[in-house]
Amino acid sequence: MQKALLIDPEKCTSCLQCELACSFEQEGVFNPAKSRIKVFEFEHGLKAIPYTCTQCSEAWCLHACPVEAITINEATGAKEVNPNTCVGCKVCTIACPFGTINYNADSGKVIKCDLCSGDPACAKACPTDAITYVDANWTGYDRMQEMALVGHGRPAKGAAQ
Amino acid sequence: MSNSPYVIVGAGPAGVIAAETLRTNNPVTPVLMIGEEKEAPYSRMALPYLLAEDIKETGTHLRHTDGHFDTRGIEIRNDRVSAVTAAEKSVTLASGGTQAFSKLLIATGSHAIRPPIPGTDLPGVENCWTLEDARAIAAKASKGSNVVLMGAGFIGCIVLEALAARGVHLTVVEMEDRMVPRMMDQTGGAMIKSWCEAKGVTVLTSTRIEEIAANNGALKLTLGDGKSLDADLVVCAAGVKPNIAFLEGSGINTDTGVLVNDRMQTSDANVFAAGDVAQGIDFSTGANEIHAIQPTAADHGRTAAMNMIGIDTPFQGSLSMNVLNTLGLITSSFGQWDGVAGGDTAEITDNDRFRYVRLSFQDDVLVGALSLGMTQHVGVLRGLIQSKVRLGHWKERLMANPLLIMEAYLARTQGSVFGI
Repeated sequence: MQKALLIDPEKCTSCLQCELACSFEQEGVFNPAKSRIKVFEFEHGLKAIPYTCTQCSEAWCLHACPVEAITINEATGAKEVNPNTCVGCKVCTIACPFGTINYNADSGKVIKCDLCSGDPACAKACPTDAITYVDANWTGYDRMQEMALVGHGRPAKGAAQ
Repeated sequence: MSNSPYVIVGAGPAGVIAAETLRTNNPVTPVLMIGEEKEAPYSRMALPYLLAEDIKETGTHLRHTDGHFDTRGIEIRNDRVSAVTAAEKSVTLASGGTQAFSKLLIATGSHAIRPPIPGTDLPGVENCWTLEDARAIAAKASKGSNVVLMGAGFIGCIVLEALAARGVHLTVVEMEDRMVPRMMDQTGGAMIKSWCEAKGVTVLTSTRIEEIAANNGALKLTLGDGKSLDADLVVCAAGVKPNIAFLEGSGINTDTGVLVNDRMQTSDANVFAAGDVAQGIDFSTGANEIHAIQPTAADHGRTAAMNMIGIDTPFQGSLSMNVLNTLGLITSSFGQWDGVAGGDTAEITDNDRFRYVRLSFQDDVLVGALSLGMTQHVGVLRGLIQSKVRLGHWKERLMANPLLIMEAYLARTQGSVFGI
């Protein structure tokens, strides 16, 4: 059973532990600017929504990549960027309608959430269970993804991978 | 005739993605892809990175696994289709003979054009469009050489980055009054120009090249104002045109490109078109437009393949969009960035820090956007436009601060729990 990040904004206190954990796991530094999960604050931080790639089945980034640098990790279902193949053209960054794959000027490549190979650091670091790593068929996750996808035209079903 | 293969003319991204989609969804009918270039299927998008020596030639390939096409039962043939006889469901091959098809996909892309200027046929004037072109440029664009780039459109600006990386003395000459006029307004175009000039590139806008002449083994260019430029190499990025000449007399309707409906079907029910050659539905206007970009090629290829199989798959239209890196300054454009009649526009400009965001609305829906100096979450601009999210009171917030695009998107799609 594949798992997915479930985000419950009502539990988020905007402590940014997830961003620190992500940047440390992925980049080796405690720097929210390098995190692949981002907490967006509303009403001066009283309300907050942690946000990252939902590993959507449409995989806009993957299909837009001209050099096959984005592939699916069969074990986790994550869409992963191969930095050795990525040329840094950034087409995926405009193709992803969620804005969750971004260019990293330091490396000249794009970066996105890869679920930390099945052990996401953000979920482990979250003290309030606003971010949990759960079975992907949990209905709340589906509902969240549905909300995120409201109105988006989707690529043809049965799209080649 | 049910044994006739699906024939795909062209082996670029649209053709390859269509071939794979056909294979995935119909394992029975053979798939034959006919490509004119003697190369493994590759991406033109990647050529600048080859020129910049970031990657090797294999790094431009669309697929990297050995035997990728063989194992999927996709036959690739090096040939050129010279004519289509739709009524007989057959194509004529330049090597001789014909090839029958059950369904045909035209994915022939486009070719670089040379402007009607004397001397553009001289040795030392190169396009930058094919892998072969890139090899020719790489051989001549050595460190310290004088290179003139004709055209500062989208392709010109991508090549600009690669040429600068090779350490050449670079002059860019653009006929129109700004850089990337099709993807940037005056404000953005001017910022890109001053950024490039600060990085040591000479940028001449509103400037025509009148003539190119041989000059002691090099080239001399005469400009509209009478001045001249010396060049060891001239790279021509003066535009591209769809490859449709072979369709003359086929009865298939063409305009600038091949006209298709929302199933990527041409005027002949058995013939489809995809990618840069296809004049397909524009998401913003509903008109037939060419959007020569990778995401559109991918969407076209998949949609065409599904409909070729007979799985009815409508396409909502492609969104015009681009992302560009000019010497480290990253810009993007989406949809109707120049605004629509009766709509509102919000802008935020910081000339000193090279930041600029412009949003165009129709009522409370985002219909277009420009960004300059922004790399985080730019894709959400596509999301807001293409999902037609009604922004409600967030529109006023965006009018006051266009940088709040992610907040607006989240509030309007996931913020209902909070009432934000």
